[in-house]
Amino acid sequence: MSDFPVIPVGDVLLVSIQGELHDALAVRLQESVTTAVQRRSARGVIIDISAVDMVDSYLGRILAEIAGCSRLLGADTVVVGMRPAVAITLVELGLTLPELRTARTVTDAAAVLGVAMPITDTASSGADRRGAR
Amino acid sequence: MSDLDAAAPWSPQQSVADLLRQRREQIAQRWADLPLFRSVFTVTRDEAVEAAQSVADALVVVAASGRVDDIEASGFDSVRTQIGRMSAARSRAGLSVGRVAGEVAALKDAVVELLTAELAGAPVEHQHAAVLYAAELLSTLRLVAMQTMFNEGQELINRQRQQLMEVATPVIKLWHGVVAVPLIGTLDSARSQVVMENLLDAIVAQQARVAILDVTGVATVDTLVAQHLLKTVASARLMGAECIITGIRPAIAQTIVQLGIDLSDVATRSTLADALGYALDQGGLQVRRTDGRTVSAGESR
Amino acid sequence: MTTGPTAAALRLQIRSDTDLSLVRQQVRAKAQEAGFGLVQQTKVVTAASELARNTLVHGGGGEMELAEVAQGGTRGLRLSFIDSGPGMADVDQALTDGYTSGNGLGLGLGGARRLVQDFQIDTRPGAGTTVTITAWAQSLGSAVHR
Repeated sequence: MSDFPVIPVGDVLLVSIQGELHDALAVRLQESVTTAVQRRSARGVIIDISAVDMVDSYLGRILAEIAGCSRLLGADTVVVGMRPAVAITLVELGLTLPELRTARTVTDAAAVLGVAMPITDTASSGADRRGAR
Repeated sequence: MSDLDAAAPWSPQQSVADLLRQRREQIAQRWADLPLFRSVFTVTRDEAVEAAQSVADALVVVAASGRVDDIEASGFDSVRTQIGRMSAARSRAGLSVGRVAGEVAALKDAVVELLTAELAGAPVEHQHAAVLYAAELLSTLRLVAMQTMFNEGQELINRQRQQLMEVATPVIKLWHGVVAVPLIGTLDSARSQVVMENLLDAIVAQQARVAILDVTGVATVDTLVAQHLLKTVASARLMGAECIITGIRPAIAQTIVQLGIDLSDVATRSTLADALGYALDQGGLQVRRTDGRTVSAGESR
Repeated sequence: MTTGPTAAALRLQIRSDTDLSLVRQQVRAKAQEAGFGLVQQTKVVTAASELARNTLVHGGGGEMELAEVAQGGTRGLRLSFIDSGPGMADVDQALTDGYTSGNGLGLGLGGARRLVQDFQIDTRPGAGTTVTITAWAQSLGSAVHR
């Protein structure tokens, strides 16, 4: 579970995916997020994938399923910070994920969810540093 | 001639390889005076002779290998750069590919003459076989030269296309979080791809919420280009930005409908100004006159 | 066509989840080495991930063969995914988006084909499956070559 710190910020859960996400880890991510949504009665989930360098159909499906499960539990999911190369590849793969809500930064995602973000935008500024390398 | 050579049965392969090896100097001297070498190596004649020798050496390897009709024969590898350099210099001098190929073919004469003299006393069928073999070897060399020229031309075209695309598709920051790319001229698949990547990179760099693709300057839209536009919109959305297409002219709108392309999921506005107004509105911003007069319908949203 | 392998082929086992990660890492490293741009890299890594997962899930495991290729100055990667699983009776059907014999989205094969410039599949029921893909460093170059 320590691979994905699920950080509660107000009514929202913030998940930042770091590093290589292999299939078993992706399944654990799904479990820990849905468990946390229920336990905290969260209104929203923000998943920061700015550090993820590849999303294949399996991981794409996991993200869509997290959004679907959270929806049933009363929380909207916003995926944040997808890299251009990852987005182009997903679209070419045929996976446009229309049911998934997206935003550029965590602050924007909070606005999409209709909640104020009491913390500074660390996840997205971190993404920019990584992206620039 | 060693005993081994004498014992081996006669073959055109061996005969031509031997001639090229033994008469290397003579051949190189005659080649060096041909326009192909003379006009490329203008500083000293020795330089031309040396270049001609290395071509002759390569031909020995190919002749001995028996693969005279194969432009991929490994023996040609060493001569490819050399021939490529010379051919490039000749075409820079204004010669057509055909003329350069003709100059390469002219290398044959010296070889055939020497070969005929060498085999003067040999059976007539040996003479024919050897000349045929040498002719085939040198026409393959001509093909190698043409292939090299063709590849170099192709690479040049690719490089120039790349450069053209990089300068032709600027992404403009219209406002904080709003970027736009004005598309101009003809969009082919490769150029649409560069546009797409540039725009998506700008979305990251500017943390843009809205990206505008203005197609006012686009001459025609075919299925492939329309698909690229749709892919750009879908990719931008995955990244968290809304992509708006503006400036679709009536003729292009008609084409899109006739092609049966579904743009219903894509946000469109008639002009870039409308899209900017929409983006500002989305960002909670409003345009206001400072002289107290009311904002006209065209200026407000 | 002058698409001969320029270096010795590399072989990787595909037997577990962890092997899939290894496949992605190796393909990423080789694509970087061959001068692939970021988008091309991501496409070939994603295609490899889809096909390796197919090998694991549908083929019961197998291996990937990776070789560098070159054509007219453009460098590329050729990847083969080989299993001796049940094979497929209808390749066209398997390549159709949405078709799945497992519990995936059914985008694996057809999707992977759209991510690379060359895609070949060799399969018969009971005789295993080999999928071979080739991707080039520049999508521009490939558009001209074709």
